[in-house]
Amino acid sequence: MNDIHIQQDAEDAHDNAYAGLLSNDAHWAFGTDFEDPLAGVDTTIPDGLDAAELAQYCLMLGDDALVYAHRLSEWTSRAPDLEEDIAIANLALDLVGQARLLLARAAAADSSIVPVLPEGSPVPDEDRLAFFREAGDFRNVRLAETPNGDFAELVTRLLVLSTWRLAIFERLVGHPDAVVSAIAAKGVKELAYHRDFAGRWFVTLAGGTSESRRRLTDAMRAVWPLIPELGEGTDTERTVGVDPAAVALEVGVVLDQVLAVGGMTAPDVPGLARVRGRAGRQGMHSEALSRMLAEMQVVARAHPRGRW
Amino acid sequence: MTENQAEWPLYEVFIRSKRGLNHVHVGSLHAPDAELALRHARDVYTRRNEGVSIWVVPSADITASSPQEKDPLFAPSGDKVYRHPTFYDIPSNVPHM
Amino acid sequence: MQVDEAPLEKAFDATIGAGDRIEPRDWMPEKYRQTLIRQVAQHAHSEIIGMQPEGNWITRAPSLRRKAVLLAKVQDEAGHGLYLYSATETLGVSRDELTRRLIEGKQKYSSIFNYPTLTYADVGSIGWLVDGAAICNQVPLCRTSYGPYGRAMIRICKEESFHQRQGYELLMTMMRGTDEQRAMVQESVNRFWWPALMMFGPPDGDSPNTAQSMEWGIKRHTNDELRQRFVDMSVPQAEALGVTFPDPELQWNEERGSYDFGEPDWDEFWQVVKGNGPCNTQRIAHRKAAYDDGAWVREAALAFAAKARADEND
Repeated sequence: MNDIHIQQDAEDAHDNAYAGLLSNDAHWAFGTDFEDPLAGVDTTIPDGLDAAELAQYCLMLGDDALVYAHRLSEWTSRAPDLEEDIAIANLALDLVGQARLLLARAAAADSSIVPVLPEGSPVPDEDRLAFFREAGDFRNVRLAETPNGDFAELVTRLLVLSTWRLAIFERLVGHPDAVVSAIAAKGVKELAYHRDFAGRWFVTLAGGTSESRRRLTDAMRAVWPLIPELGEGTDTERTVGVDPAAVALEVGVVLDQVLAVGGMTAPDVPGLARVRGRAGRQGMHSEALSRMLAEMQVVARAHPRGRW
Repeated sequence: MTENQAEWPLYEVFIRSKRGLNHVHVGSLHAPDAELALRHARDVYTRRNEGVSIWVVPSADITASSPQEKDPLFAPSGDKVYRHPTFYDIPSNVPHM
Repeated sequence: MQVDEAPLEKAFDATIGAGDRIEPRDWMPEKYRQTLIRQVAQHAHSEIIGMQPEGNWITRAPSLRRKAVLLAKVQDEAGHGLYLYSATETLGVSRDELTRRLIEGKQKYSSIFNYPTLTYADVGSIGWLVDGAAICNQVPLCRTSYGPYGRAMIRICKEESFHQRQGYELLMTMMRGTDEQRAMVQESVNRFWWPALMMFGPPDGDSPNTAQSMEWGIKRHTNDELRQRFVDMSVPQAEALGVTFPDPELQWNEERGSYDFGEPDWDEFWQVVKGNGPCNTQRIAHRKAAYDDGAWVREAALAFAAKARADEND
């Protein structure tokens, strides 16, 4: 009797790749059952690590993910084809996931950075940081917040941001903070796919039609001035994280390879100027960020005691 | 609207849901080439980690048996599973939900 | 060459009669094929156009968890549209062709998506009521007579049940929030209740295709049967949630073992169906813009693939 059941189950499994879908909710984005990448991870901050600096560092990496995820999510229902719409949503979902973990880590490391809401507000820390900070308190690089252009711009910006973020995350896997290390380990797999997706499309557009090549050239001219900022690290990054200057060479090599395969040359354009030495990491953003945040934060801010 | 012939070809997607099982046909998708078809298949058909291995095959490369092999009249023109004629006319005055 | 179709039609009828499935290469009456193409295409279009009203709130989702849930949900809808377009390809019509018919207004999609989403609670109402109504419509379609359609529906129904659950869960959470949030939920339910009832289509007396579709096993219940089932299912859910439906005639009928309910505004229904709904023009324009803006990308990828093949052959 048992044997028959086993055989039946095996046949079902052979017959239907999705047979197990309903037995385990963990891999669905719905419901409350998100898989916790920090399960079993020691959340105490290791000795010798400045908690306030660690919080600032997590804000930087978290804001990069949050802000660029927002730009990617604006593509929903607007992609060149359904397959790409689904792929772009996956990129955005990965980055929202990274942002949540990093913002939560920032709040846990230094509660003084978390905006204060009315007594009894149930809004969790990650959402206070995402929805109740002003633009000047955001620590993302400016490349993350630039308004969307066409698909060539998406591909070019994604190539640059994912190559750079992957190089940093690969080093963060060995970070002394077990939480940052776990977030990085999860992120590396995601970012490797993002870079692969972007690189593949970059080469495709480069070798496609004269129109796609023209658009790719324009996109590179728009993105390239924002690249130098990525390599100009802050004291925070150098003290508790990865100095982006240390990965600049590696990032350059990867980008050169992709450009070479596509037969494209990097545009000869100067980096975007800083304002009295300040850029995104210091809260000096483009006009686009506050407008983006006005939209992103509007519902949450109207209900500071709201439950969602 | 101008006639647009730039439709990506169709690929059939097969997924091995776990080790020890066969690849099973789960559906199809469009892609310009096999490499992107694999990426698309990952994004479209394994959004919830359903697979450990993916095959993609151009639909046009699948040779299928005809349900009425005995009757050659009805082995429809050619042996492709998927055909793409665009002459089917659909009434436009269709009330629907 | 003239072919005697009578024996083929007999075999087809026998397959349907036995509750068996029709598969892509089987002979089928032309009218069956046309009816299927129309129904599956409309269903696919509904999923794709349905991305817009909820997608409208992705950038304003009030928590990061809700943002992720909504992104994943709208992504699922793209996936559902894709599965369904694949089913129509087995009937000999390409996705490109169907997209053009949609954009040119030759094919329809569910009228519910021609209503605007005005507050974040609408994301919940759509999940609970609209996806709930869709599930009533769709679960029987998992046993529809055309194999590829039925198989697509099995996966879609599994995912839809999660959609409904996330919508209801959002509303439940909001009801535990502030007075403003509770008012927002009730206002949203008031707006979506009647359009949700209209999703089952016109009353049976005004639904000319139903009889043939049921005989062919493409459709398995009449519009009014499904509507009643939906009302009976939803009333206790509303009570559990703590909201009311905007229908003074809604009451339990002991004799029938079902709820009596009022008549939707069928004039409004036909206006929206005929293209005059609040968002018809906007939805199609949005879809057309995405399709047109993406043309150069699709062409570039094809050109790249062709060059790669040529290089291989060299």
